[in-house]
Amino acid sequence: MGTLVEDLIEWGGGVLGEEHMETLMSCVQCGKCTGGCPSGRITALRTRKLFKMAQENMVEEIFNAPELWYCTTCYTCYERCPKGVKCTDIIRTIRNLAAKAGHMSVPHRKIGVYALKTGHGVPIGPDQMKIRESIGLDEMAPTTQKYKEQLEQFQTICKETGFDALIDFDWDKMNLKE
Amino acid sequence: MSEETKEYAYFLGCITPNRYPGIEVATKKVFKEFGIETKEMEGASCCPAPGVFGSFDMYTWLPIAARNLAIAEEMGLEIYVTCNGCYGSLQEADHLLKEHPKLKEKTNEILGKFGREYKGTTEVHHSIVIMHDDIGLDRLKEKVTKPMKDVNVAIHYGCHFLKPSEVRGHGSSETPYILEDIVKAIGAKDVDYKDKLMCCGAGGGVRTADTPTALEWTRQKLVSMIEEGADCVIHPCAFCHLQLDRGQYEMNEAFGTSFDLPVLYVLQLVALAMGFSEKELALDQQTTKMPEKLLK
Repeated sequence: MGTLVEDLIEWGGGVLGEEHMETLMSCVQCGKCTGGCPSGRITALRTRKLFKMAQENMVEEIFNAPELWYCTTCYTCYERCPKGVKCTDIIRTIRNLAAKAGHMSVPHRKIGVYALKTGHGVPIGPDQMKIRESIGLDEMAPTTQKYKEQLEQFQTICKETGFDALIDFDWDKMNLKE
Repeated sequence: MSEETKEYAYFLGCITPNRYPGIEVATKKVFKEFGIETKEMEGASCCPAPGVFGSFDMYTWLPIAARNLAIAEEMGLEIYVTCNGCYGSLQEADHLLKEHPKLKEKTNEILGKFGREYKGTTEVHHSIVIMHDDIGLDRLKEKVTKPMKDVNVAIHYGCHFLKPSEVRGHGSSETPYILEDIVKAIGAKDVDYKDKLMCCGAGGGVRTADTPTALEWTRQKLVSMIEEGADCVIHPCAFCHLQLDRGQYEMNEAFGTSFDLPVLYVLQLVALAMGFSEKELALDQQTTKMPEKLLK
């Protein structure tokens, strides 16, 4: 465990590249991210503030900040940052670390449950099956929710990476643990 | 592009087949008219959503996306999508895996557990780029039998089609043109409005965790479309479709409003202009209703 910035560079760097993550250190608090943020119009999300908190190693504060989860990942800040800070990807990485530290909401964990059960974040229901048939489609698309052996591949990935443990998934109940 | 048939693997994702199959049908029907055949991707899963699964654990997000890419590679086909989330996820994963050999190696260790491999031999396309660049506006115009005369269209791009622009490659995310061109080609008028480039409000897990906030966001955007006289809103993203269409029902329930602005995936509007019916595109089976103006 290093500082939050070091952890972000290591974790995010493993997928997105270290240089990508190191841009966090270029933030000069100009606030262009925050000025153009559509979420900031109606929520407490202030991207500039999040990045200041990250730079100052305010780990508990940032992991517990509800606004961390009010970014829709629209990439407006990422596009406009005059210093080339990869804002949205840094926010996603902070969320990864927050989730690992146990800060993941129940609705978010439930999306994970749908995925582990069907391979889809949004699985099909009976009404949609009828709509599909009414317009000449098979009642279910040929995806993981239709083929068990294909779903098992999806589940294998989640077991290999520990996603099941991340959301506290109970394989016997096929639901979240109590 | 020549007139000969071209085949693609259609990556469906979640919302298109499981909530709005009318998007699936419209895309297949329109593409077929232009000699583009669609093959189903057997065993594909959630893309998985870049702002959701990418926010939870990018080390899970990547191999799931790579598995989907591998399915298309096994088919020997390039992919098209009808959702910005799928586009963002699959294109970003493909980009990262092609750029970083070590990442590819580690990802393939996981896929190898069930005998699959990501090779880097496919490409990920958005259906609206195929419409705009490959089919082209001239061929589109030739097929329009019911021009959308006097129809004011509010264009909603969503986010991950244009951004990050350094990966997507569709020009500046501040001055997009692809949907504007398509709207003009079918005889409609695109109306400029205050919040045109604003996100729908649903992504990144916001809709999941706090639906009222996502709805307030969408409400503001819809008001700015209606203020400019929009007859309908079109978009290139199944997830935006859910938020814009189902969201109107939800906000009418939650806020006591009476929104009813028709929502169409852009190729559904194109399909109407090519003479397909509301019923065969399942536009009569969603929350917002189609006005006569779009159906004449």
